[in-house]
Amino acid sequence: MPRSEARVPLGGARAFARRLVSGDQIARIIVTVAAALILLVTVLLVYELWINSYLSREKFGWHFLVTRTWDPNAGEFGALPFVYGTLVTSLLSLFIAVPLGVGAAIFLSELAPPRLSGALTFLIELLAAVPSVIYGLLGVFVMLPLIKEYLAPPLRSALGWTPLFEGPFYGVSILAAGIVLALMILPFIVSVSRQVLLAVPADQREGALALGATRWETTSRVVVPFARRGIYGSIFLALARALGETMAVTMVVGNVPQIKASLLSPGYSIAAVIANEFTEATGDLYINALIELGLVLFGLTIIINGLARLLVAGTSRASAQSA
Amino acid sequence: MTPAMRLRYRHAVNNVMLGATGLSTIAIAGVLLFILGYLFVNGARDLNLAFFTELPKPVGELGGGMANAILGSAKILALATVIGVPVGFLGGVYLAEYGDRGFAFVVRYTADLLNGVPSIVVGIFAYTLIVLRMKHFSALAGGVALGLMMIPIAVRSTEEFLRAVPTGLREGALALGTPKWRALATVVIPAAKEGIITGIMLNLARVAGETAPLLFTSLNNRFWSPGLDQPSASLPVMIFTYAVAPYDDWHRQAWAAGFVLLMLILTINVSARLILSRSRSARGR
Repeated sequence: MPRSEARVPLGGARAFARRLVSGDQIARIIVTVAAALILLVTVLLVYELWINSYLSREKFGWHFLVTRTWDPNAGEFGALPFVYGTLVTSLLSLFIAVPLGVGAAIFLSELAPPRLSGALTFLIELLAAVPSVIYGLLGVFVMLPLIKEYLAPPLRSALGWTPLFEGPFYGVSILAAGIVLALMILPFIVSVSRQVLLAVPADQREGALALGATRWETTSRVVVPFARRGIYGSIFLALARALGETMAVTMVVGNVPQIKASLLSPGYSIAAVIANEFTEATGDLYINALIELGLVLFGLTIIINGLARLLVAGTSRASAQSA
Repeated sequence: MTPAMRLRYRHAVNNVMLGATGLSTIAIAGVLLFILGYLFVNGARDLNLAFFTELPKPVGELGGGMANAILGSAKILALATVIGVPVGFLGGVYLAEYGDRGFAFVVRYTADLLNGVPSIVVGIFAYTLIVLRMKHFSALAGGVALGLMMIPIAVRSTEEFLRAVPTGLREGALALGTPKWRALATVVIPAAKEGIITGIMLNLARVAGETAPLLFTSLNNRFWSPGLDQPSASLPVMIFTYAVAPYDDWHRQAWAAGFVLLMLILTINVSARLILSRSRSARGR
């Protein structure tokens, strides 16, 4: 009988359960738990990386980061060649992709007729959907022969005397990895920079145009300076992607743990060595060293990503909306 | 320099820069067309029925297919969706509708952080979490890795589309005396339905091509892999394995697999965008 039940004074737990059922609390609890789960997963990720790299951290300490030898048989593990390869390939890719990408973003947001801009933006955003392993596939079978045939010979004859382009060239190289990475990060630079540029208020442009500036003068002296922070942000975002990129780099970088100034020599990256050696690693120390490499990569990308978000926040409409 | 020359110079600079930036744009878009064209020519040529129906042949024998990898990918992706989408969706509802300032900020920040974690690191995490504990590689571990990658994107896209729902709709429902959860479930979320679904489709298209997190979680398998407990083949890992192997026949199959994978991803991606732009223009009217 419901009526008599209502007269019974409710005990603590039952009262609590009743209030829950009647209210919005259930919904609130469910969504809050889901939100807390995101936090939990992220903390757990850092914890697992930390715990499972214990042996390596204990044995090598900070020397891990500055040691050049990577000799699994001798139990000697140093991250320097991988850190070096990761940084050099990523910076090289920025060197190629930034001028192209920012130029394209300027064209799409400021100079192109809207219809053309719409179609090209669509294509470039699709480029971001192409998986890394496909870039790797094309890299190995199409790009490497092309570089070997057309790019490397002129580079070597013109600049072979500099340390950057000396030595023999086999195809797989830091240079090849940099080029593939550049192609992969271009869509991000274009799409974020374009949004940042579009968020520049129209009266800024109108003011400059009214003073008699040409389109390009308006863009280069008013719009781009206005959006500068956001553009830097897009570059950092792209850098973070390049640092963590695995498959395409693994397939074209050559996978030799060495530090050579020449861009034509093969190298290795953090992500690539993890991809190649993880399943074949024997012994706990070896696995721990690879996981510590993952920890290093995690740290690197977190720092760069954090910087990028600080820069983009407030300049683009999308981030202003969600902040 | 006379003023007339100066003006002509300025217009020349304007045109040169228009051309230069336009050319870089077309070059980038051209890369996509090249990738599509090249894969189409090389991949479609080596595609046949066996690719979809047969198991890989032992090393040295020609022919065979990747039926197990196609099924494996489907299984891993389904698992990833089951893991990643509910958490991400509910988390997004929290951020858009319930977020208390401090905690919501932390959750949003963490989701962004998680989104920035390199996929290979997510792979290590799934390895320590599942593979180390179960002591063997499994499709389950691969699904968990991809599911984890889906969470942050699901969170942010759900939040974004819920925020785009006009406040008037919420207020109307609440003014009728509806509890907030019912207003959400019957008015607000349905209003954002298309956006949320396309968000999930784009999310799925993104993780479908992920290779690095699968390398040491679901590993690979040359045979059928029943259930979720066994190592499983997947299309991306197959492409990698076959591309770096020294056999011509494997290279041909890698191209075919690349073609199938890319077509799948682009189809999902483009149809999601179409749904979204259609619903936007319908609302505009």
